[in-house]
Amino acid sequence: MSTNVTAKSPAPAPAGKGGSTGGGDGLLQLMVDGMRRNMRQYGMLIALGLIVVLFAVWTDGDLLLPRNVSNLVLQNSYILILAIGMMLVIIAGHIDLSVGSLTAFVGAVAAVLMVKHDLDWPIAVVLCLLLGAAAGAAQGFFIAYLGIPSFIVTLAGMLTFRGLTEIFLEGQTLGPFPEGLQKVSNGFLPEVGPDTNYHNLTLLLGFAVIAFIVLQEFRDRRRQQEFALDVPPFKLFLLKIVALAAAVLTVTMMLASYKGAPVVLLILGVLVVGFGYVMRNAVIGRHIYAIGGNLPAAKLSGVRDKKVTFLVFLNMGMLAALAGLVFAARFNAASPKAGVNFELEAIAASFIGGASMSGGVGTVLGAIIGGVVLGVLNNGMNLVGVGSDWQQVIKGLVLLLAVGFDVWNKRKVGS
Amino acid sequence: MAGPVLEMRSIVKTFPGVKALSDVSLSVRPGEVHAICGENGAGKSTLMKVLSGVHPHGTYEGDILFEGEPCTFKDIRASEQHGIVIIHQELALVPYLSIAENIFLGNEHATRGFISWTETLKHATELLRRVGLDEHPDTRVADIGVGKQQLVEIAKALSKKVKLLILDEPTAALNDEDSGKLLDLILGLKDQGITSIIISHKLNEISTVADSVTILRDGRSIETLDVKAAETTEDRIISGMVGRDLDHRFPERTPHDTEVGAAPALEIRNWTVHHPIDQQRKVVDDVSIQVRRGEIVGIAGLMGAGRTELAMSVFGRTYGRYAGGTVLKDGKEIRTKTVSDAVKNGIAYVTEDRKHYGLNLIDTINRNITLSALGKVAKGGVVDEHQERQVSEGFRKSMNIKAPTVFEPVGKLSGGNQQKVVLSKWIFAGPDVLILDEPTRGIDVGAKFEIYTVIDKLAAEGKAVVFISSELPELLGMCDRIYTMSAGRLTGEVQRAEATQEVLMRQMTKDKR
Repeated sequence: MSTNVTAKSPAPAPAGKGGSTGGGDGLLQLMVDGMRRNMRQYGMLIALGLIVVLFAVWTDGDLLLPRNVSNLVLQNSYILILAIGMMLVIIAGHIDLSVGSLTAFVGAVAAVLMVKHDLDWPIAVVLCLLLGAAAGAAQGFFIAYLGIPSFIVTLAGMLTFRGLTEIFLEGQTLGPFPEGLQKVSNGFLPEVGPDTNYHNLTLLLGFAVIAFIVLQEFRDRRRQQEFALDVPPFKLFLLKIVALAAAVLTVTMMLASYKGAPVVLLILGVLVVGFGYVMRNAVIGRHIYAIGGNLPAAKLSGVRDKKVTFLVFLNMGMLAALAGLVFAARFNAASPKAGVNFELEAIAASFIGGASMSGGVGTVLGAIIGGVVLGVLNNGMNLVGVGSDWQQVIKGLVLLLAVGFDVWNKRKVGS
Repeated sequence: MAGPVLEMRSIVKTFPGVKALSDVSLSVRPGEVHAICGENGAGKSTLMKVLSGVHPHGTYEGDILFEGEPCTFKDIRASEQHGIVIIHQELALVPYLSIAENIFLGNEHATRGFISWTETLKHATELLRRVGLDEHPDTRVADIGVGKQQLVEIAKALSKKVKLLILDEPTAALNDEDSGKLLDLILGLKDQGITSIIISHKLNEISTVADSVTILRDGRSIETLDVKAAETTEDRIISGMVGRDLDHRFPERTPHDTEVGAAPALEIRNWTVHHPIDQQRKVVDDVSIQVRRGEIVGIAGLMGAGRTELAMSVFGRTYGRYAGGTVLKDGKEIRTKTVSDAVKNGIAYVTEDRKHYGLNLIDTINRNITLSALGKVAKGGVVDEHQERQVSEGFRKSMNIKAPTVFEPVGKLSGGNQQKVVLSKWIFAGPDVLILDEPTRGIDVGAKFEIYTVIDKLAAEGKAVVFISSELPELLGMCDRIYTMSAGRLTGEVQRAEATQEVLMRQMTKDKR
């Protein structure tokens, strides 16, 4: 079982690729087995595929127009950034209610620094990220070292940061932001090279990603053989690579036929690959799973649980700051009402993506899938003209359904 | 009434995979204090749960007659209506409610759903006087000591018009003074005509309060003795408790060459630990032990002897409040303040409670094995998954962990295989000293033998092994030397040649007070 889907493709891969091309019964059986063992991930991926197909049909294909796909990325980038951090927090067995307010607060500070005081935007960005990290660290300190429940600490943070936002902005909306920062949040990769009807840099990037995936998979397989471990049959391995490559290629072509890849997509890609790798392969990642899965056992194994918890919240603060900057720059203004309910969207994304209330379970890719499910629902319902009232009802039901399915599935396996 | 007030006939109770009671009969005369004793796991608590309806009628075989009537209790409420009240070892009080509220919990003085506080208070005061507790009924239970809480439990039982009071190891958590008071109270209740069953393995306690004692062993009732009779000595009770064939099998063990001259691999000096909450109580009291390389040293003791507490407090102070003592490794004093310190200094502790303290049940075999020493398969903070998988595949084969792959979640494995995963985890950490706490608890005979073999191999490799167990045959079969503990104190040290179950049991029930 080396289903290395985690953190390998920067863009969420549309499902339904290469399903029935299998060669022979044995191969099909292996695939089915692998899927069954990773029911959580594949279940959500399949659900996402169904939702995409549903809305694609419903909107006469508008959903999958290059322009709309581009929009989808831009609209959801900040929630996805938050969802990555939130997934870590939930895996560690905690919750963070403060991220929406913190997002607004950092946006406000950013506006004050750049608009009022004309600070260079790169410097301001670094300062804002540090501020977010500090805010996260403060909350992490109360949670990890003083043992105050995270629900309480971050509820306090939610109120505090919201209040501070209004104080900083004096109740007003502040803008506009420097053009450089706007480009990061709203812009696309620059156009280079000859005119090819496609966005050259995006194509290049897509091919590079595909090449990287292929190389990485082959390297992985070779290493497995070096260590004399069983490897999946070559056909299955090949199938997996083809499916991954096809998915990346599809997204690449879509983006390249419009304005190219948004800059935030690049940032997101780096975050997903980076955090996916950390959670899967780094010692600290393991420790996060361990303290969420069984805290006493982790302690008795020598895991420094307090430090790990602290770092998880510090990280969440930093990602909230990043989300705040992206959000403020996208709307070109910092508003006291920014980021309302973002924490709930991020939490919902994590749970839809396979996190568990009791901690210890979940993947970064899962959080992204959960976030994209919500994003596609939002976008699709907007396109077909469902009002925001019904949108909330439907999103609520989807969350209930996703987690309900998970619980049901677990009970079935358990009995 | 001439006949017995309570009769239990041929009770059989089976749990999935285990026969907890295979044939128990018990007969209690009206107005007596009847003690039940036996080793850990002999079936004492299960028997009382059957009697009180925790295990409802129909889930066991055999008959229960109370006051001549057959009993078919479907839950605790039903047994309480008949006047049978059980007080469990872990007290069932709500800490943030008052004494009075606790006494009448579920049984409130209320009219149409509203509590009458004057009546509650009046009755509570009466009951407290009866049990001799000098506290105001409005005091929060959290604010009084364990001894007094025990009295509140008894008051609660009295409020239910108790006829038969069952106390499950009532003094296990109490200090000497509180124990004495409690025993006096039981005698006082006897004078008021209340019959008591007391589960205990403190023999001096039994001879003080009990009229008769029934001995359980391996889920069978062995005999009932008249405590007041001259021939019922403590030795007599002990031989009843342990008189069992050595039917377990052990690997052929030749005591390894232990360099008597060299400093012991692990030496604990004058170790004292206080209870984490009740800080007056010494859970481990001035214990000194040593273990040499290649040696397997047992620690025997009954429930509450302080064995696990000793081990856990030495291993990174993970239990209680440290109150003195040093740990030496190879003659040099070492720091064991945190788990990482202990692990770094080559000490490993394999917990008695693998589900709560040993394993992350939702994670894979693979990741559980490497957790305590991830650094060994990581470079620069990054885990090499392939190396990790190779390592755990190695353990899966060498330890014979029955699972298709190392990616199986540990929670799906059987107890024996889970135990092998915990052992693998700590062997992987590469310690010099292994403290094994009940390493064969709740696993089948076949897996036991495999684990004994592993332990033997570890000692042969020159590791020092501390073997904590409640099963005396296991200690006798495996250990070179056995320490005994009772009530937090070291009560003896027995060499392999001199060790018999009787010798050990005598030391384990000795009260060095």
